[in-house]
Parts: sequence; structure tokens; C-alpha cells
Amino acid sequence: MKKIGPYTKKVIEYFKKPHNYGRVKDPDGVGKVGNVVCGDVMWLYIKVGKNKKGREMIKDIKFETFGCVAAIATSSVITDLAKGKTLEEAMKIDRNKIVKSLGGLPPIKIHCSVLAASALSEAIYDYFKKKKKEIPKELEEKHQRISKEKEEINQRYKEWIKIEEKMHKK
Amino acid sequence: MTKKIYLDYAATTPVDPRVVKVMLPYFSEKFGNTMSLHSFGQEAKQALEESREVIADLMKAKPNEIIFTSSATESNNSALKGIAFANKNKGKHIIISPIEHPCIIESSKWLENQGFEVTRLKVDQYGLVKPEDVKKAIKKETILVSIMHANNEIGTLEPIEEIGKICKELGVYFHTDASQSFGKIPIDVNKMNIDLMTVSSHKMYGPKGVAALFVREGTKIEPLIHGGGHEKGLRSSTVNISAIVGFAEAVKICQKEIHPVKSAKSGAKQFNRVEKESERLVKLRNKLIKGVLEKIEESHLNGHPQKRLPNNVNFWFSFIEGESLVIQLDLLGIAASTGSACSSEKLEPSHVLIAIGLKPQEAHGSLRLSLGRWTTEKEIDYVLKVLPKVVEKLRKISPFKK
Repeated sequence: MKKIGPYTKKVIEYFKKPHNYGRVKDPDGVGKVGNVVCGDVMWLYIKVGKNKKGREMIKDIKFETFGCVAAIATSSVITDLAKGKTLEEAMKIDRNKIVKSLGGLPPIKIHCSVLAASALSEAIYDYFKKKKKEIPKELEEKHQRISKEKEEINQRYKEWIKIEEKMHKK
Repeated sequence: MTKKIYLDYAATTPVDPRVVKVMLPYFSEKFGNTMSLHSFGQEAKQALEESREVIADLMKAKPNEIIFTSSATESNNSALKGIAFANKNKGKHIIISPIEHPCIIESSKWLENQGFEVTRLKVDQYGLVKPEDVKKAIKKETILVSIMHANNEIGTLEPIEEIGKICKELGVYFHTDASQSFGKIPIDVNKMNIDLMTVSSHKMYGPKGVAALFVREGTKIEPLIHGGGHEKGLRSSTVNISAIVGFAEAVKICQKEIHPVKSAKSGAKQFNRVEKESERLVKLRNKLIKGVLEKIEESHLNGHPQKRLPNNVNFWFSFIEGESLVIQLDLLGIAASTGSACSSEKLEPSHVLIAIGLKPQEAHGSLRLSLGRWTTEKEIDYVLKVLPKVVEKLRKISPFKK
């Protein structure tokens, strides 16, 4: 397959025409991951509904991403993978699934797929929390891990992150 | 868009077809080893010495002050390490700027590990080094000051003549990396008080694999590469004659393109006016800068508005990331470059952009467009047409807005 830069054709396709970018109106959950200092920021918005069997599912999902080609492509692909899935199924989407869907990522960009998976699990976590629902153990652990990493980076780049928040006006 | 637009001349340039033509006989016909006594060797030797004269001439140096190397990286390594090791009895202190090319930064780090002391000066928001800072930083133990002539990312031209003067007065060697400026801007190593200077072939339409180091007569320097004693013992290795001949031809072409014109004011202190190619590039450059700043909101110029290379343009755009920008442009047939972390192996933003005071997120949004011999006004117009759209598209995806 012909590559553009270090990327597969599929990555470039997603990058050229990203699916589901923008914001969901009144989202039920928002996942904010990455930080602008490192160069990747993903904000994932979800709207939760119920399927025919009465199970909670991702009715709508959109992303906003500041970042490289891989960051935009992984954001786009995760919205495709998660849309219409039950929350249970969506929580199982991991970085391997994302990388596979893109026909591969350069090793140095694998962290973008991790970021996308984290954004989704954070959005679902946010939903559970807002609805005051019981949070599955695995999701809670993931959230703890992501928060810890975030905290470490925040400590390192305090000043700059303040600016980042200011930049994101509603 | 079928034709591709190359706007990355600062990374490397195509070899001018006239250069290739001159090089060809030196592969299979005039292939001799310059150290051989027979006619094959002497033919190559003669070509080597003639090439040396051509390169010396463009910088007003003597031919015996030119050492051929394999790359500007090698020249810079040789200058720093060679001066450091030959002069360590005098002192072990070196001064550099924070916006030097990685080969200077890394060489100086290595020297620190070898027990040398390195001072990294500050630059202002344009990337300019203040000559008085150099003066203040020089001490008894200082043996070398290395400040680049033109920055490869933001194009800023450093006041090397003044820095050279200070170094001369205080008896410290002065090295400048002129990889980006040689062939584009007139350089006079005597007037500018330069003791060592790095110049590169592939940045000026010559082949890759060859560069030179000017070493002023009488300079105390150690070689990096030991062997058969080529290049006055300063750079052993069988001479890469075809590349050197090509380098010289590239210089000749540039010389013709930038022949200086006598300044109107007699006795004017500055250099004679430069005409033709560099003036053409300055016009295109200014058009590009003006157009982008007008058409794209929240776009910012990096580097000095006037004191910059004729062919360099560098911006940062708020709210977006540079690798995405470069790939979007590539998909539209435009080759550009960025200082974003995401495009580097180290995943760190450009040290140059950070040194001029940009925050990492700002450096991530940087874009360098560098013009050259085959850049046309039509191409600049095309960039001005598509770049605003590309920026807008990426901003739509970004969580950050105004």
C-alpha cells in the first residue's frame, strides 16, 4: 500500500475526511484527554440512548481534536467504532482495535490510539458519574490511571494548561 | 493539481542540471584518486584545487583555508571539537546560541561531557543574539564562540560581523554556521572577522555528501578524522571529487546570480547591493508573508520581519498542529515543513521556536515555507489560495477556537 508520510492510505483517508467531528449538543458525557503541550488534545462528546432491547447505547458521538494526522485519524475511527454500540461494547474498544481499523500506525504514533481509547472511556465514565450510576470496576481503574497521568502532566505544565482552558470558549 | 510545488528548499535543494552535467565525467572518466601521482590522479587533483579556489573566492578566503568535508554536520562537529581539543590548554569555555542546528547543540553537549564548559546565550523574540551578550559571556577561559549566520528554521540573520569583531578584539576564535546563507547572501570572512565557517553544497543546488569548513590560516585546530593526510591532514579520506566539482559549479552559478552591485553611496559601510535572485526571492517572500498574515486570522510570523533569509517564511497558526498542516498541504501538492513535536523523532517541539519564546502549543502550530530557484509567483499565489482553506479546515476539527 502506498504510504503518505509515515501513514497508511487508510489513516490518510480518515484524516482527509474525518467522520463525526464537532460537538454534540448537550452531551451526556465528555472525555477530555491529552494536553496541548505534548501536541495532542482529544475531546470526545457522547449522547447516550437506548437500543431496542432497552440497553444503553451510544446514540451520537463527536470529537474535537488538536493534533497530528494520527491523532485526527484515531479520533475519527473511534467515533465510527463506537457509534451505535452498547456502552458495554464500547468500553471494550481498545487501542489494538483502533490500530487494526487503520491498517496500522507508525510505532511513534501508537500513543494516539491509546489517547483515543482513553477519550472514549473517559466520556463513558463522565456519563456514569453524571447519572450517579454505579461505575464498573474496570472503568473506574482506567479513570484512575488516566487521571493520575493527567495530574502528572498538569503539575509539569501548570501555566500553559491555564491558557489552554482559556482558549476553549463555549 | 498535477504539478508539485516544492517549498522546502531549506531542507535540501534539487541539484541544478548544469551542476549534474559538470559532475558526470568525474564518475567514470576522471575518477582518479587525488593522491595518485599518475595522470588520472593529477587530473582529479587539479579539479580539486580549482574547486577549492571557486569556493574560497565566494567568501573572500584563500584557497588553502578551505577544507572539504562530507556534510555541514561534519564541518560543525570539526569546528567545535577540533578547536576545543586543540586549545584546551588555553581554556575550556565555549559560547553558542540556543538556536543553533542540532549538530552544534549536540556537539557542545558532548563536549560538556568531556569536561568543557558551554554557555548558551539568550536570543530575543526574533531569534537575534545581542553582540553585547557575547562580549559579557567571554572570559579568560573562552576559546570559541559559535553563532550561526542564518537560522535554518526562522531565517533570522545574526549580527555576525559585530560578533566577529568582538571575538577578534578579545582574541577568541569565531565560528559561524553559514549552511543556510552561503550562496544567498554575500559573505566576506575578512570583513566579518570569521575564523571558521561551515558551508554546505546541497542547500545551494549542489549535490549532497559534500560541504566545506573555512579555517583561517594559523588557526589551531585538531582533525576529527585521522588517516592519509588529505586536506592538510585536517580531514583524511579519499576525496569525493565528483561531489566537490559539483559543489564548485553550484557556487559559480550562485555567484552569477548574486553578483554584487556597487552601492550608490561611496564609502558606505554595508555590503555592496545584491541583485537578481535574492531580490526576486525577497519579493516573493514578502508577498507570501503579507498574504498569509492578511488572509488568515490568528497567524503569526516567526523570525525577524526584515533581518531574514531572502527565501525563508515561518509562521505559527493558533489552535492547530503543524504535522496535520504539512500533510494536508502535501495532499494538495505543496511540500513544506514544521517545528511541531509530532513530526519529530523526539516528540519535542522545535528548540528554536521555544528559544524565541513560543509556548509548546504555539510551536506545534508552526509552518516553514522556504523558497528557491524554481519558485514562481504562480506557486506563491496557489499557496495563498489553498493555505487559508487548509487552516480553516483543521480549526474546525480543533477543540480550540477564538
